Amino acid sequence: MSKILIVAEHLDGKLNPATAKCITCAKQIGGEIAVLVLADAVDAIAAEAARLDGVSKVLTVARAENAHPLAAVYAPQVAAAAAGYSHVLAPSTTFGKDLLPRVAALLGVAQVSDIMAVDGAYTFKRPIYAGNAIVSVEAPQDRVLLGTVRVASYAAAGSAAAAAPVEALALDVALPSHTRFVELKQGKSDRPDLQSAARVVSGGRALGSAENFALIYKLADKLGAAVGASRAAVDAGYVPSDLQVGQTGKIIAPELYIAVGISGAIQHLTGIKDAGTIVAINKDAEAPIFEVADIGLVGDLFTLVPELERALG
Amino acid sequence: MNGTTSRRGGTLTGEESPDMKILVGYKRVVDYNVRITVKPDGSGVATEGVKLSANPFDDIALEEALRLREKGVATEVVVVGIGPADLQAHLRNGLAMGANRAIHVVAPDAVQPLTAARVFLKLVEKEQPQLVIVGKQAIDDDCNQTGQMLAALWNRPQATFASKVEVADGKARVTREVDAGLETLEVDLPAVITTDLRLNEPRFIKLPDIMKAKSKPIETVEFASLGVEPGDHLRITRYAPPPKRQKGVMVKDVAELVAALKAKGLL
Repeated sequence: MSKILIVAEHLDGKLNPATAKCITCAKQIGGEIAVLVLADAVDAIAAEAARLDGVSKVLTVARAENAHPLAAVYAPQVAAAAAGYSHVLAPSTTFGKDLLPRVAALLGVAQVSDIMAVDGAYTFKRPIYAGNAIVSVEAPQDRVLLGTVRVASYAAAGSAAAAAPVEALALDVALPSHTRFVELKQGKSDRPDLQSAARVVSGGRALGSAENFALIYKLADKLGAAVGASRAAVDAGYVPSDLQVGQTGKIIAPELYIAVGISGAIQHLTGIKDAGTIVAINKDAEAPIFEVADIGLVGDLFTLVPELERALG
Repeated sequence: MNGTTSRRGGTLTGEESPDMKILVGYKRVVDYNVRITVKPDGSGVATEGVKLSANPFDDIALEEALRLREKGVATEVVVVGIGPADLQAHLRNGLAMGANRAIHVVAPDAVQPLTAARVFLKLVEKEQPQLVIVGKQAIDDDCNQTGQMLAALWNRPQATFASKVEVADGKARVTREVDAGLETLEVDLPAVITTDLRLNEPRFIKLPDIMKAKSKPIETVEFASLGVEPGDHLRITRYAPPPKRQKGVMVKDVAELVAALKAKGLL
């Protein structure tokens, strides 16, 4: 039977919802699921992880050096904690993408990136060429399987009836001092998190300015939606880069995605392929976004978006 | 040199560094503008006769290395490619862009990231660079692994998804694009940096540079001679096109749009 270790992602003492999505993927692999929490203060994060359905235990390593998720510091600890496990998973977020290959190399194994489907304990599907092809990948069964989980492909695990036990893990691992955290500048927002929001409203270059992006924020707030953007809007400086949706930004799968003034470059479409319903508002009826949109509306966004906002009451 | 102290024992700034070398990973991939197709039998992606280019993230890596050399921080920029005999023309592009020389590791096929990282480690041991800069991911396999794996094998720092790099005093201060925003790290050199799109705008290659590149050296190294244990542990058993989305409906005004969303239970 598989023994799966999931590396928890967290920020400011809270578990990132991406971790709960990894658990859903791990359930499809089948077996015993443990969650590993590395932090300076582990208790609140561990308690959150312990309440997720499917988790059999939570392992914690509380060290001052674990205050920030530095891959060089976390990797040797994860590699040591992996002993006895058949699988080690992390979300395919910037956290998991940074960390897991470093762990894989320490363990001398290849890594399956962006698992989007589980065909068996060692066989998976993953996207390549910006999602324009899907490959079936087979990994050797005589080695530990390292994989990052494409969070847009999985729903978050729900709450468990009873909390799983939490154990402190003693690891005798020397940590490097060659990598130091300086600061994190967060794009501050009271809106839902882009990666896990059920609804997302995105704006593109056609907004024309950072000021005009207020139209997108207002519509998003009316819908209780997160705000996203195309690469063109980010490059033009209308919004910070952490809002970018696409191959080089975030890959999301909300129930409702409203693309406003976004033409629909391949690299953007890659990020929204798994959205439930895609709505496109664009003045160019030939824009590629209309090829993937479930509902399309051709017209001037500066008229239509305020009108839509009013119609929502 | 160890990067932090000069031979006289004083502190060495980046500008005074006499011999700082940068290795740049320079992969050849199907051009990003090409809409690839999966072969009908599921055996692969049709790449015959398709335009090939430098991986865009690697162009950014090379540009950053060249800028560090132009600032006097580095003295030599070496591009590294792993692939078949015809990779030489691709490496000439890197030389034309401004790299001092190239290393061609001759391998029959594309290698997986762990093997690539092991190859890089061998070159690192020989060349003793202070920095290795690679793209954050190749746009064909979309793995996003090689830089991290090299940093692990080399037991050195990594600064991935870089959007700003400052090198001085044997250290690099790197701003990283992370999901939560922008994170800044300080790492001791030598180190591995992987590049995000917003790090820089790569320069265009000019005709005289292409002529000049012809006389720059390309060192050829046979993969087998490196004594690298292959880490190509994954086997691709099938390629498939992604599921197509159904073509949707067009509505004529906002009222129809709202009605359609209500009908789907989304409002």
